[in-house]
Amino acid sequence: MSMIDQTDQAEVETTPLHVRIGRFMGDYPVIPLIILLGCLVGVLEFMRPGIISPFWLGNTIKFAIPLAMLAACQMLTMLTAGIDLSAAVVATVSAFVVASVTPLYGPFAGVMIALGAAVLVGLVNGFGVGVARVHPLIMTLGTGLIATGCLQVYQRFVINTGADIPDFLEWLGTGRTAGMPNGLFLFVPFAAAILLGLRYTGFGRLLFALGSNEHAAKLSGVRSWQVFMALYALVGLIAGITGLLYVGMIRAPSLSLANPLLLPSVAAAVIGGTSIFGGRGSYAGTIVGALILTVIGTLLTLLQMPQGARVVFFGLIILGVTALYVRLTENR
Amino acid sequence: MSFAQKHAWTLGLVALFLVLLGITKLVQPTFGASGLESLARAALPFAFATAAMAVVVIVGGIDLSVASIMAVCAVTAAVLMESMGAVPAVLITLAMGLGMGMINGALIVLTKVPDIVVTLAMLFVWEGTALLILNAPGGTVADGLQSAIAGSFLVDGLPNALIVMAVAIAIVWIPLKRSKLGLSIYAVGSSELAAFRSGVAVGRTKIAAYGICGLFCAMGGLSLIMLTGIGEPVPGPYLLASVAAVVLGGVVLGGGIGGLLGPIIAVFILRIIRTILTLAAVDPNVTTIIEGTIMVGVVMFGAVLMMRRRST
Repeated sequence: MSMIDQTDQAEVETTPLHVRIGRFMGDYPVIPLIILLGCLVGVLEFMRPGIISPFWLGNTIKFAIPLAMLAACQMLTMLTAGIDLSAAVVATVSAFVVASVTPLYGPFAGVMIALGAAVLVGLVNGFGVGVARVHPLIMTLGTGLIATGCLQVYQRFVINTGADIPDFLEWLGTGRTAGMPNGLFLFVPFAAAILLGLRYTGFGRLLFALGSNEHAAKLSGVRSWQVFMALYALVGLIAGITGLLYVGMIRAPSLSLANPLLLPSVAAAVIGGTSIFGGRGSYAGTIVGALILTVIGTLLTLLQMPQGARVVFFGLIILGVTALYVRLTENR
Repeated sequence: MSFAQKHAWTLGLVALFLVLLGITKLVQPTFGASGLESLARAALPFAFATAAMAVVVIVGGIDLSVASIMAVCAVTAAVLMESMGAVPAVLITLAMGLGMGMINGALIVLTKVPDIVVTLAMLFVWEGTALLILNAPGGTVADGLQSAIAGSFLVDGLPNALIVMAVAIAIVWIPLKRSKLGLSIYAVGSSELAAFRSGVAVGRTKIAAYGICGLFCAMGGLSLIMLTGIGEPVPGPYLLASVAAVVLGGVVLGGGIGGLLGPIIAVFILRIIRTILTLAAVDPNVTTIIEGTIMVGVVMFGAVLMMRRRST
């Protein structure tokens, strides 16, 4: 007994500080992230006193919601050491389809067809990643290109039908209840489902198992291709729902509607403590990551940063945070 | 091993290309020297992107930022040519490409983050850089450069663009492949650990390979402005196309096997498929879908081949 205590103590004493910080960050990534978020809001208030108000809070949350949902796609695939670069295109496809089908067949059919297309792309991704074993990055990049091509062909068939966005999507996207955006009615149950699903369902644990050690998971009887098919189909569905919400928010379907969200969604997941190498991540961190990026976006707008500098900045964030995680966790 | 056995894959690609050329002739009986010229011109940026990708795949990595580096080089050259002659502008652009590639390589070696993640992040960094250099399409190109890739050389059917491409790639690749560095690149790609234990400086070799990748990207960027006459800050569709051509060209994802000749022939195969579809009056958007599907299929095929190789 005392032996064990001693070795434990010895280990604590000899562990360098940065390793312990790394472990702490790895175990509770949300706490330092919330501190960072607080600092950023402080900087914002310092730069433009009086900007922080209930209205500002509602607006920030409103724009963080679609980002956080798309970041869920990245987070879930990253748990299995993947990534989904087609998520933004899928969201755009779903938004465009719902707006073009609604005037013809009504909102219900519009939503169903839009989500069907989204799941289809997801299934193709799942097939490529799980069965043909293509690297997820290359696979989803390819399906994203193909989906964009399909969208352009589709657009010409529906160019005369006009676009109509279902009322309930506009209510969800732009309406407010008690100062808070209505999008929360969708997002809170969604976030709860992801958070609880990852922790308490077998599927959630399978994702962590596959990401930590795919070989070991396979030897324990996991049929990895089935998990990948289900995962990428689910991720396609989430991206599709994000597209529906986003078109309700922007109210103007276009062929590149959600595409600018792709890079921030990857960045949000990475900032939120999700390891791009699989096996580690949480949705709580991802949500805070999305909020951080939205606040940073406001800051960059206040500083009148050109678009190019923003893109550079997001790229550097992804690289910097990943390098930091590698450095902090390599001594484990 | 006889010549035919050693180069079976490349010879197969040549045969496939000739068959496709025959099909083109069937679809469009008037297809001739001018058709070949426009094919070679359209293939230029793809060929350079593929050469760039092939070098880093051989060293065991992958570079997702090739299209972005090409965009940076294209806008740099276009802006420089407004104020100076073609020769210094081209030299500065080539040096920039080399530098950007070496930055990629150095970041991979120093941060120990996998190639695919670093170059994904750098894809965005270079894309933003291109936008900072030139916010909207602009700049200019020296006249001599544009005419350099037009027309045919000596005989009809030997496009100038093809000569430019072959000379530019050979001038870098052939001396390299025969040098110690070239051998190191193949060694690191085959087995990093074995290369390290045989005394190869793994880090330096990787940085050099990424630098050469950047150099080819700079050539690709120059070819872009030679084609369009204008600097375009938005990256083109060269990433997936180059990966597909590299895989189809017989370079194994994972490193150590393959050369540049196969991938370049593969570029022409992928390009001529597009020509055939266009001549057959297929909708250009549908052509994009078919092309994308072929490329994804090729990459899937490559991944399956790699699994087979690993398991045996």
